[in-house]
Amino acid sequence: MYQLTEHDLGDIAIGAALLGTGGGGDPALGRLIAREALRRHGPVTVVTPEELAPDSLVLPVATMGAPTAANEKLPSLEPVEELIRAFADAAGRRPTHLMPIEIGGIAALIPIAIAAQLGLPLVDADMMGRAFPELQMVIPSLAGVSATPMVLADEFANTVVLRSDDNAHTERLARAVCVAMGAAALIALYPVDAEQVLAHTIAGSLSRAADLGALVRNASRDHQDAAAAVAERIEGTVVFEGKVIDLQRRTEGGFTFVRTLLEGTGPSLGRTAEIESQNEHLLIRTADATLATTPDLIIIVDAASGLAVTTEALRYGVRTRVIAAPCDPRYRTEGALAVVGPRAFGYDEDFVSIVDRVKERVA
Amino acid sequence: MTSGIRVGIDVGGTHTDAALLDNGHVVAVHKDRTTEDVTSGIVAALATLLGQSGYSPTDLEAVMVGTTHFTNAFVEARDLASVAVVRLGYPATTSVPPLSDWPETLSAAIPWEWFLCRGGREFDGRPSTALDEAELIGVADRIRRAGLETVALTGVFAPLEPSSERAAAAVLAAHLPGIPITVSSDLGQLGFLARENAAVINSSLRLLARSTVAAIHSAMTEIGVQAPVYMSQNDGTLADLATTRRFPVSTFTSGPTNSLRGAAFLSGLSDCTVVDVGGTTADIGVVADGFPRETSTTAEIGGVATNFRLPDVVSLPIGGGSVVEPDSERPISRRSVGHRLLERALVFGGDTLTATDLAVAGGRARIGDPARVRDLPADLVSRGFRQIDDDVAAAVDRAQLRAGRPAVVLAGGGSILVSDSLAGIGRVIRPDHLAVANAIGAATGEIGATVERLLEYTDSERASAMAAVTEAARAQARALGADQAGLRVVDIEESVVPYLGGGRFRVRVRVVGPLEGKEAGVPTH
Repeated sequence: MYQLTEHDLGDIAIGAALLGTGGGGDPALGRLIAREALRRHGPVTVVTPEELAPDSLVLPVATMGAPTAANEKLPSLEPVEELIRAFADAAGRRPTHLMPIEIGGIAALIPIAIAAQLGLPLVDADMMGRAFPELQMVIPSLAGVSATPMVLADEFANTVVLRSDDNAHTERLARAVCVAMGAAALIALYPVDAEQVLAHTIAGSLSRAADLGALVRNASRDHQDAAAAVAERIEGTVVFEGKVIDLQRRTEGGFTFVRTLLEGTGPSLGRTAEIESQNEHLLIRTADATLATTPDLIIIVDAASGLAVTTEALRYGVRTRVIAAPCDPRYRTEGALAVVGPRAFGYDEDFVSIVDRVKERVA
Repeated sequence: MTSGIRVGIDVGGTHTDAALLDNGHVVAVHKDRTTEDVTSGIVAALATLLGQSGYSPTDLEAVMVGTTHFTNAFVEARDLASVAVVRLGYPATTSVPPLSDWPETLSAAIPWEWFLCRGGREFDGRPSTALDEAELIGVADRIRRAGLETVALTGVFAPLEPSSERAAAAVLAAHLPGIPITVSSDLGQLGFLARENAAVINSSLRLLARSTVAAIHSAMTEIGVQAPVYMSQNDGTLADLATTRRFPVSTFTSGPTNSLRGAAFLSGLSDCTVVDVGGTTADIGVVADGFPRETSTTAEIGGVATNFRLPDVVSLPIGGGSVVEPDSERPISRRSVGHRLLERALVFGGDTLTATDLAVAGGRARIGDPARVRDLPADLVSRGFRQIDDDVAAAVDRAQLRAGRPAVVLAGGGSILVSDSLAGIGRVIRPDHLAVANAIGAATGEIGATVERLLEYTDSERASAMAAVTEAARAQARALGADQAGLRVVDIEESVVPYLGGGRFRVRVRVVGPLEGKEAGVPTH
């Protein structure tokens, strides 16, 4: 158990941008929101999953919608009271703890702000260990945990409560409500007890984000190779180094694909690579080989600073290094790959873990 | 060709550069220390140019002024006005108050109060809450009673649908006569906080802009200049004085922009890479179609995130003051004697071996006392030159977006350190008049306009959607005084808007063209 203060936010934001694998929205905005809330309401108590009492009720909270919308219509945190009240009405009790649902991007910071506002403790864990675009893609969902009762609240404190047995259907309903709420809503979903937290979440996510942030900050201060340090810490590999030379987009079968072409530099000189992204980066390949695919983490960092480059910030001329790192093992099962593997996002590829790809290359 | 008789004056933090161009030819130049009050330096520069060239003030067809005056005032927190920060967004936006991300020294230097009102929009342009005139009249009353000198007005999603902001500005203006109001949608794109920051900075400079522009105007009148006067803007385009009085913030990053544009113009190339070697660093920037390529991230000014973009410049630790380590395979170290070159370099009687000493020993420069470097090993000199050439060539190559052999324009006093033939470089050009590149950049300014829209379209509708945004940008440029025939699209950005369902895109088109009545201008001479 520790007290999280505004001094912890910078590192968490840097780490969450990395773990967001291009998606998850702008952690810089999340950092400002969390800082303001911590200044107004004081520090937040953070507990590990092991410290949870058996009768705890942990409620993940987040914002849902387009980063473009959140960056323009800055949220109000006033409706969180109503969000929790609507949840308690539906679930029969109030949550004892809050938690991030994903550790990527703004989603890592918003729960800190909400916890400060409500005076509730936060669990150092999340449900993905990265970011994914849809709510049925979390690890508890793969284990059969229901996303509902799920509550959405807008800035007017209008609330909508969803109940469904099918998390993919909940995602579709929630998306429609979210757009009606101006493409930016506060959400609470996947209520879990202490046992479920231990079984189905990724423990230590907030600490991991903070750790990665400190690593990048220190590497850049000491003129060390930040990208290599990040790759090592998350047991990943720098799979490509290059400069963005083209961005293409296409829509096909309901998916909007963004393809980034990299011209190799340094160790990748003479080769080109393409990265496929939807919200997150999902696949990287060269002319002869696929280098990594979802659900492994594909992280594009600025070659000089080691800071993450989000999908929205990808532009011509940005010099990058691309890190691939293994996802949580629970994402590698056949059932999980049907939801978060390459085919689930429209790529006709089998998933091969980055761990095995590296072994193959060495062998 | 840049037509007519034009004067460019760039008032930097330390130096004021000026140049007179006759149909694109440099006829007279002037460089002096910047004066305390801006205008006396401008008057002196004009007098020198007219004296040198023999033209009379009435011969001038346009005068372009670039200045860091407003940037410096803001960064140093001098002469800043108090600001009423008005948001149209109730009940949203409360999680981040205005100026949250500012350094405390600056947010404390500007007296400000904020007012949250109804009247924001949603991502599709529909009203989130209706504008409330009575509420705004009440706010105007509170602003007047608080004695706030200016207003910065920012509406949620105003860049997509500015009508609420405009209506709110009209109500406030009617009840706050004489108080300058900055409307955020005039300052650009989506991204609420960065746009609000730009609006607040702009408002804080409005009173200074009023007096500065008046002083420039009266100085011109005094000299007898009848030609229109323009100010250089961040993106290398021009604004008239009335516009600058309203948008001083638009001049903020014009300095580095003018420097790159000027160097490119002097080289006769509209596409090139400029390598500016000074005492401490070599700064490398790319010019495409006469305009500097901009950074992908938004610029911080004095530690405040804004929605401006800066020219994308990479700095190498190579300059005339670089300290040389004779025993190293790469003798040019990362350390520099910096501005103490004139006392520390061997040729100037100092005790430190510098890159400048290598240049003298290698016969590339005749400065100081060559006898003091006569005994330097030839091998050390050539290793040093080779390292500089290799590092500069590699950095130039890294800066390119396409394969090929780019042309390099060398600028700055330290450029003698770079050879005329670099590996992988098309050609190396050392134009004349580089000392006044900033003034040339100002003198060759054009008119530009940028339009951004959030649109929904399918692949088959894409072309017509792009065409519509482009036409909106062209219309805006024409309204600003650009010549229809010379207008060209210099940038189209299309980005997917995620999480809103397929088919939604943000499209941003930028067009530029010469001032009306002048010939279209690809710089050749």
